[in-house]
Amino acid sequence: MAELTTDPGALTRTVTVDRAQLVDYANASGDQNPIHQDAEFARSVGLPDLIAHGMWTMGAALDVVTAYVGGDPGRVLSCSTRFTGMVVVPEGETVEVLVEGVVRKTDEEAGTQTVELTATCAGEKVLGRCQAVVRA
Amino acid sequence: MAVNPDYAGREYPPAGPFQVTREQIEAFADAIGSTSPAHRDPAAAQALGHGDVVAPPTFAVSLSQQCEAQLIRDPEAGIDFSRVVHGEEGFTHHRPITAGDSLTGVLHVDRIREAGGHGMVSTRVELRDADGQPVTTVTSTIVVRGES
Repeated sequence: MAELTTDPGALTRTVTVDRAQLVDYANASGDQNPIHQDAEFARSVGLPDLIAHGMWTMGAALDVVTAYVGGDPGRVLSCSTRFTGMVVVPEGETVEVLVEGVVRKTDEEAGTQTVELTATCAGEKVLGRCQAVVRA
Repeated sequence: MAVNPDYAGREYPPAGPFQVTREQIEAFADAIGSTSPAHRDPAAAQALGHGDVVAPPTFAVSLSQQCEAQLIRDPEAGIDFSRVVHGEEGFTHHRPITAGDSLTGVLHVDRIREAGGHGMVSTRVELRDADGQPVTTVTSTIVVRGES
């Protein structure tokens, strides 16, 4: 059995998103809600502008955890989040989201660790109580 | 129209089967900016002990949302999709999803409640493989914003 490693340095990353990326995410995930692709529609339902899919942000944030466990997605046993803020993506701009993770708990007996993530965009926390349990 | 509380506790017939392909996994990984070769290169996935390329931890949402559509698109449920925002999401992986999987999903409506004039709908999708074994449990809460 290969020795399992973790890389704490992998737990911080700035991810970026633009409108083209959201079209890719809509096509890959099947979530074609127009609030993520049509700024006019988004404003018509009371949003400030076109916003990223919450699940794009969660997916991008969780990749930090996959990297932490040696790039093996199979070691991410569970993950969950609340969506606490919006990632607004203006026309022609590339928006940065800062993802930071810390190991909150190590369960030696179960061989697992709990990683807590924060994701911040334009000074606002966009994911809340975001955590993942990994096979350490 | 408010969310219909009578839908709480409802269980739907299995949706799918959904065939998971290497192309779907790679496209999803690219769209979220994933870095792991295990999403793209079968040899890299096999070196980690997997049979084929492995889905990112949130990939199952692309399947669970197709199951949730049974509820959201039902006019009797009273969910105005243009007023829906995502509240919470969670994934419990009983085993990793890999290319070649054929998965079905059973949608459960776990809870419907009102809070602050908004409707909160919590669902659970149980994804199983072709042998009927559990693969991933996806929980989701959507918020249907009230008319203010």
